[in-house]
Amino acid sequence: MRTIVILAIVAAFFTALIFGGNYALRLATIFAMYATLALSWNIIGGLAGYPSFATAAFFGLGTYASAILQSSGMPMLLAWPLGGLTAAVFAAVIGLAILHLKGHYFAIASLALVEVLRELVNINDRLTGGGMGLNLPVTQGGVTQQAVYFLAAMLALAVITLLSAAAVHRGKLGFALRCIQQNEDAAVMLGVNARLYKAAAFTLSAVFPGMAGGIYASWVHYIDPSDVFDILLSVKPLVMVLVGGLGTLFGPVIGAAVFLALEEAVWRSFLTVHAAVLGALIVALILFLPHGLMSINRRRLGAGRT
Amino acid sequence: MIYLQVLANGLVLGGLYAAIAVGFSLVWGVLNVINLLHGSFIILGAYVAFFAHAFYGVHPFLSAPLAGLLLFAIGYSLQGAVINRVIRAPVLMTLTLTFGLDLLLNNAMLLLFKADYRKVVLDPPLGSIVLGPIVLPLDRIAVMILALLMTYGLYRLLRDSKLGRAIIAIRMDREAAALMGVDVMRMQAVTFAIGAFMAGAAGSLLSIIYPISPLNSITFLGKAFVICVIGGLGSVGGAIVGGIALGLIESLTALWFGQEYAVPISFALLVAFLAVRPTGLLGRRGYE
Amino acid sequence: MSALLEIDRVSRSFKGLRAIDDVSLKINAGEIVGLIGPNGAGKTTLVNLVTGMYPATVGHVRFNGQDITRLAPNRIAKLGIARTFQVVQPFPRMSVGDNIAAGALFAGGSGSLADARRRAMELAQQVSIADLFDQPAETLTLARRKRLELAKSLAMSPKILFLDEVNAGLNHAEIDDALRLIGRISQSGITIVVIEHVMKVVLSISTRLVVLHHGQLIADGLPEVVVRDGRVAEAYLGKRYVEASRGAPA
Repeated sequence: MRTIVILAIVAAFFTALIFGGNYALRLATIFAMYATLALSWNIIGGLAGYPSFATAAFFGLGTYASAILQSSGMPMLLAWPLGGLTAAVFAAVIGLAILHLKGHYFAIASLALVEVLRELVNINDRLTGGGMGLNLPVTQGGVTQQAVYFLAAMLALAVITLLSAAAVHRGKLGFALRCIQQNEDAAVMLGVNARLYKAAAFTLSAVFPGMAGGIYASWVHYIDPSDVFDILLSVKPLVMVLVGGLGTLFGPVIGAAVFLALEEAVWRSFLTVHAAVLGALIVALILFLPHGLMSINRRRLGAGRT
Repeated sequence: MIYLQVLANGLVLGGLYAAIAVGFSLVWGVLNVINLLHGSFIILGAYVAFFAHAFYGVHPFLSAPLAGLLLFAIGYSLQGAVINRVIRAPVLMTLTLTFGLDLLLNNAMLLLFKADYRKVVLDPPLGSIVLGPIVLPLDRIAVMILALLMTYGLYRLLRDSKLGRAIIAIRMDREAAALMGVDVMRMQAVTFAIGAFMAGAAGSLLSIIYPISPLNSITFLGKAFVICVIGGLGSVGGAIVGGIALGLIESLTALWFGQEYAVPISFALLVAFLAVRPTGLLGRRGYE
Repeated sequence: MSALLEIDRVSRSFKGLRAIDDVSLKINAGEIVGLIGPNGAGKTTLVNLVTGMYPATVGHVRFNGQDITRLAPNRIAKLGIARTFQVVQPFPRMSVGDNIAAGALFAGGSGSLADARRRAMELAQQVSIADLFDQPAETLTLARRKRLELAKSLAMSPKILFLDEVNAGLNHAEIDDALRLIGRISQSGITIVVIEHVMKVVLSISTRLVVLHHGQLIADGLPEVVVRDGRVAEAYLGKRYVEASRGAPA
């Protein structure tokens, strides 16, 4: 069943690309970005069970780090990974302060990071342009050419993220995270170095969104704090993973596709109520389908299966 | 001398802040639900006061109980119909659920009331009193007193009434409370409704101080967070201490660094407290 | 010959209450030590201290000569100290096999997940739950959960194993099985500390008996001797009963 769904998505994807023109290219790029964010969040939120709302903080950091580096002359392809690295270092350091927290406290701390970073960027306007935003150097090539270029970049990142997520799921780190999620105290007594593994998970949940931020900034050529340090960018990947199936490997990808499809359909028809519709979707999801779409035909064992 | 003024400003604001946060703290401390709708509840209460004043000339202080009752009804229905169903679910679920509900409420308010900022303008204005080197606007003092009275009322309700005892029992041990004859589901709905009541009433009160718009709801939610973490969950005293702390933090920050630093610094302190003392200044209590 | 585990004048207080009061104890390799005492004597607290759940307020714990008093629990686990929990602590939604594999992978020295799973199958067979290898741990009955708990701790390749009330909630047949299993484990070279508050059970397998009461060590020696110690009888039965019956308990 799952393979059919994935093949369907891939087929729809390429059909759209061939026949859809620039609009489809744009949509595909957003899909790749959403998939990256969702896959990353799943590592800390789904596997480790730590409800992080920091994704927007990592994304935003990536956009600004990358944009500032580029305005000093660094080429895009170098600035993007450095944006990811900035987010990763931030996550590693902040993780020392907040990863010992559980449940609500961790969630709030991670949420607060988004707020603090946004305001700090706003205030330091000499470096970041503050509320006026930051323009990025214009890229070469015609509209379609650029669209294809950035789609390729986002897609490559999404694939790298997926491969990394697969390695985590199947390997020792994923196993450890599952143990931590189900009984952290017992895990520690069994020899699991929870501090280290949680820090690794949190850092991984930051590096790819950071790079996505870098690519995004170059793609749209203009960023401002409220745009990129937006709480919705923390919540949407979470919802996507819930839709697709928490803690599964392909759940985030499927969830991203479904979410994006809904978002586009709603945006086009219900502009003034699109927030409400998103809210209704979330409520319905939590109440009626808390294990997401992937649980409909398969029992979750949570061990060694994707 | 300016410090006395700053201190006074902070303390006066602190009373209102305590009222803003005490409902949020109650729901979090007793139900273990972080109510992300809290900010929107406050704004809704403010709108009740605004429209009552604009159309019927009702003073916001009189609208407060009315707004409270309206929000009580809304809160009761929400908890009973929706939130009760996921109350045992992991943090992720309840947080996301209240986030979704807030999106709905906020969007509805945007459609109904538009995003424009409204303000209740009292005519004639209340003026200020001068106490030595300090100047205090009377409207703020009145708001502070009423807010503290409301908060005290909640405190007495929790300590002395049968309802209050039942609510505390649920927090201590849900199963035992049920065995003792407490209708847990109904009490949970009442608890949430009381939290909403406090938010609505506080919203009415602050309508004469702050401009109102659905866009503002997140500001008050943020304040409630900071107050609860810094002051400590699970006690009315925690909300008061936290409220005063935030009032002082904002005043001092505005003085030393500028107004625009007030919010980021309070959030940075939030993270700092979470990192080293998540239970807050007063520690986490159980409303005993 | 130095002791495998040395507990040296250890005390632990919780908010003013002395749970462990100046306890000194040496455990040698190969022993089966019965750690007994009435409820609330501090037996589990002592195990928690040794395994690093929280540190001793006073004193030292040494393992193979190394001071482990302030070491993190996962490090201690890797050094070769394992324990079972009174209230079993599985990973509920993971399979029985994966539960055991966890012990092998993180403390038992298995190099890979595949290795750990192979070792898990061996251990599952040893404790007779191999037929449940793929079932989620939360579906197991209490007796089987206890055996899972045991398998998990064995997977850690421990040098010393603390068994905390393994027999609570088991019927007579199950207890006999458990005791035979413990005997086999001891024969494989693992030092065992059995915590029990039922005398009869622990007397049948222990080579040595240690008695705790109100956080203090009140007796330590051969089972036959300790059992006749007046203070031990007092601890279990109360001073008045002992004085009334004038002599050793039945």
